[in-house]
Amino acid sequence: MSQVPRKEHHAAHHFDDAVQERDAALLGMWLFIGQELLFFGGLAVLYIVMRLQHPGAFVEGSGHLSWKLGGLNTAFLVVSSMTLGLAIRSAKRDEAGKIVPFLGATFLLALSFLVVKGFEYSEKIHHGLVPGKWFSAIGADPSLHVFFGMYFATTGLHALHVLIGMGLLVWLMLRARRGHFHSGYQTPLDLVNLYWHTVELIWIFLFPALYLVS
Amino acid sequence: MSHHPDPNASYLESPAGFWPWLKSWLFTLDHKRIGILYFLGIVFSFGLGGFFAMVIRIELLRPHGLMLTHTQYNQVFTLHGAVMVFLFIIPSIPATIGNFVLPLLLGAKDVAFPRLNLLSFYIYLLGAVLAIFSLFSGAVDTGWTFYTPYSTQTGTAVISMTLAAFVLGFSSILTGINFIVTIHKLRAPGMGWFRIPLFAWATYATSIIQILATPVLAITLVLLILERTLGLGIFDPALGGDPVLFQHFFWFYSHPAVYIMILPAMGVMSEIITTHAQKDIFGYRFVAFSSIAIAVISFLVWGHHMYVSGQSLYANMIFSVLTLLVAIPSAIKVFNWVATLYGGHIHWRVPFLYAMGFIFLFLIGGFTGIILALLSLDVHLHDTYFIVAHFHYVMVGGTVMAFVGALHHWWPKMFGRMYSENWARVAFVLVFLGFNLTFFVQFILGSKGMPRRYHNYLDQFQPLHAFSTFGSWVLGLGFIVMTVYLIHSAFRGKKAPANPWESRTLEWQTASPPTTGNFEGTPTVTGGPYDYPRAGAAAGRNGRPE
Ligand SMILES: [Cu+2]
Repeated sequence: MSQVPRKEHHAAHHFDDAVQERDAALLGMWLFIGQELLFFGGLAVLYIVMRLQHPGAFVEGSGHLSWKLGGLNTAFLVVSSMTLGLAIRSAKRDEAGKIVPFLGATFLLALSFLVVKGFEYSEKIHHGLVPGKWFSAIGADPSLHVFFGMYFATTGLHALHVLIGMGLLVWLMLRARRGHFHSGYQTPLDLVNLYWHTVELIWIFLFPALYLVS
Repeated sequence: MSHHPDPNASYLESPAGFWPWLKSWLFTLDHKRIGILYFLGIVFSFGLGGFFAMVIRIELLRPHGLMLTHTQYNQVFTLHGAVMVFLFIIPSIPATIGNFVLPLLLGAKDVAFPRLNLLSFYIYLLGAVLAIFSLFSGAVDTGWTFYTPYSTQTGTAVISMTLAAFVLGFSSILTGINFIVTIHKLRAPGMGWFRIPLFAWATYATSIIQILATPVLAITLVLLILERTLGLGIFDPALGGDPVLFQHFFWFYSHPAVYIMILPAMGVMSEIITTHAQKDIFGYRFVAFSSIAIAVISFLVWGHHMYVSGQSLYANMIFSVLTLLVAIPSAIKVFNWVATLYGGHIHWRVPFLYAMGFIFLFLIGGFTGIILALLSLDVHLHDTYFIVAHFHYVMVGGTVMAFVGALHHWWPKMFGRMYSENWARVAFVLVFLGFNLTFFVQFILGSKGMPRRYHNYLDQFQPLHAFSTFGSWVLGLGFIVMTVYLIHSAFRGKKAPANPWESRTLEWQTASPPTTGNFEGTPTVTGGPYDYPRAGAAAGRNGRPE
């Protein structure tokens, strides 16, 4: 087999070599994910306490959510992880022309997720299910608003993470267009991939916890 | 970046002209310069927090107040606490000394992510601006703990201050990530895990807490803000929430945060004591692992702040036992430092004086912590001045003494100048004496029943309160003297040699101040960090760049 000349990546001055640089970046991202999990872990504890204190509200509130739309959104995120993976594969194989399309597909799937979320939110607003000062729905359970407080706080913070992820995807596309990624260098792609999997994982927990209670 | 500094020139050297000079500082990626930027921010915060402290003490000269309304008094003690905790003490040692010294100690050229490092400084600055904005827009009066439901109801500026704490937390998380990766990946060749200087071990343990505890505070503050602005029912019982849950969340961060404050101080101790006693640390692995042990246990003891919150008696008992466990690794450290001194060649220089001050005051802070960990005693001492005295002995007697000690220890390295040893001794005596005068009487006040955070008090407490106030003036004078001679030293001080204390660790094996590239070539490590010559033996080998 003939050896194709590998493209080179030059590490920043304070690293010995590109391998050390890549290892450092990945470790940093794992640590960042650790803090993300603790951040949402706080919400998980809150969820458990609130659900134990207001079980009826969670059953009733969950009934107001459409598991079909939630399931659709789950599918969007799962497929988007796949397209992002394909973008990395293209970089590893030096198929530069395919990186941007795969990243673009990932971006559109993330956008679809937010659009569906937007429809769900506007429907809740329409029915007076926005928690707090504007809550006007009359539920069978007097603390129905507690469930929707949880719903908007958790999905809202998750949606913010999706939005940040979309920003990162745009950044990756700009860099990919300039030919930054190739068989010798995919670190930024890998970092965003780790982040995106975390965002997906959090949704995998949120979906049953909110949509499938009863 | 338009300006590329020469790696072999002093890191303090800047291009000519005011704007290029300013730009070279504001956009620097050099960990040493970022350390100095943090240093300026932290000294400013300490001054601000100290000013509020002085106002509190003056106000308490009289049992019925002197110049403030009740609300103003509540605001002043809240601001003192919030500024000192979030803006000063949490970032103090890690962000200034850590940024400056850690890569040098490891023989690295920089931290792992220099741009992230500069970003965390600007996030810190944003947090500081928010906190100061909060001062002028109806300063918060909840106490630095922001307990609900009061914090969701008071009319003062809760949101801007909690937002400031949230932003500052983010800065703290990013610094923690940077340091852990630096310690893992950028150690000099030959520096195995058990050849790392102990300050780096302490920084490592601190960073773990910063990364794992701070996000819980972040989510808590986000929820508090959402509850206050949107009226979500999370902590307010009137809305179906649970106020004790806020306390659990808050202390799940804020107890470990105490170790974010004290662990770096303990790391500083190991460096100062080995250098100024010219002796290898006694029990390196015990000192290193006790840092990790403290970090782990710190996540399991938060309930000791909530003995009287109505949590179950069994929870109280478990938290009490776990809290007592913290005493073991803490005591290991103290015993090992003292054992290190045995047979050492002790130089009674100023950093060493602060180290001894630390051990003395930390012992008092630690022992009174054991008293407070015990359920039967804490029920009586809870929310009294005994608590105030206890945590000031740990935070000021511990962390501030270590921070000031570290500043004197590494000052010649940081600025390439020596300070006046005599004036520094004067300042040490004033600070040490003033601190004890201020706070020791507060143990007595608390055990006699003086509650904390009260604006007015019974006449019988006045002599002790007045005594404490006079002490605070001595303490304040000490810091003023220190400020004067340090500023003088920075501009007019005698040029410092590369290694004035004859230390063995790597940061002293390069120029004072260090070059932008830190070392000429990459240093290679062949022995432990404290390889001091034993009496009569030949000089050790470690710590010299090739
Ligand atoms: Cu505690």
